[in-house]
Amino acid sequence: MSEPITQIVTPTSLDYTFTAGGATERFLRGLKDGKILGQRCPKCQLVIVPARGACARCGVPTEDDVELADTGTMTTYTIVHIPVPGSDVKPPFVAATIFLDGADIGLFHLVHEVSLDKIRPGMRVKASWKPQEDWGFSLTNIRYFVPLDEPDVDVTELERRIAHA
Amino acid sequence: MFQYRPMPAEHEPLHASFTLEYAYTRSTGPVVGRFLTGLRDRRIEGVKTREGRVLVPPAEYDPETGEATEDFVEVGSAGVVQTWSWVAEPLPKHPLQRPFAWALIQLDGADTGFLHAVDAGDESQMSTGMRVRVRWAEETKGFITDIACFEPDSNEARA
Repeated sequence: MSEPITQIVTPTSLDYTFTAGGATERFLRGLKDGKILGQRCPKCQLVIVPARGACARCGVPTEDDVELADTGTMTTYTIVHIPVPGSDVKPPFVAATIFLDGADIGLFHLVHEVSLDKIRPGMRVKASWKPQEDWGFSLTNIRYFVPLDEPDVDVTELERRIAHA
Repeated sequence: MFQYRPMPAEHEPLHASFTLEYAYTRSTGPVVGRFLTGLRDRRIEGVKTREGRVLVPPAEYDPETGEATEDFVEVGSAGVVQTWSWVAEPLPKHPLQRPFAWALIQLDGADTGFLHAVDAGDESQMSTGMRVRVRWAEETKGFITDIACFEPDSNEARA
């Protein structure tokens, strides 16, 4: 007689079609051309990336596109040691918030090519792009960010500027 | 006032297919675990309430009184359709990929309806009160799909 049943695996899944919409579409088409597009809020003047078509803080529509640099400052981060189901990224890896130069909100991406004990808030980083022939309508055109040989940025100063805008 | 600025019309809107999936592992608890263990052995078990009603599938508590249920009892592998609904166009995750009925089936010896699929071929073959019988999966593993479906019971002689 075999063991009694005590556990069952019950996967639940949802298949759907994502349609980008106006602002996200501009952002994704920009990536296809190797550009990172944000939008400036006409009221608070903060630059939001990815463009969402509206300022989350002011609630007003945004239509002024701003092309951002592919360099920035890493603020918060997590070192992930547990594999993420369905993800090709092998742990340990660094998931980070990166304030691109010219942007006033963090973008989530990976940081690689740095030893884990050297990771710190305020690090300067630069996008590592895939070869251009592999670019699609996706933020994965940037494989990850790598450290830039520049002095660290004072993250509290960055936070203060955004909080008071 | 804000003027909506549509995308240039030269291309279709960008879209992509996504699948969101969570692979849950659930603890069955003692009652559902025993029920599923029974299915693996091609046996359907219910549980008796303090008042003597037989619940299939079994529950830890009597839904009428909230009292803990008592002994397990084996019930029949055939029963009566209490109510049903015809599915003319099955969805990908349905148990059968041809038209079928969802039905509440009162198994012989049970006092409650058990929800499962009936492979009747055509809606005209379905009726409330008809007898149906389990069709077991080729391989049973301790899951509700061990019952592949129910099918109209050709042996009407059984009381």
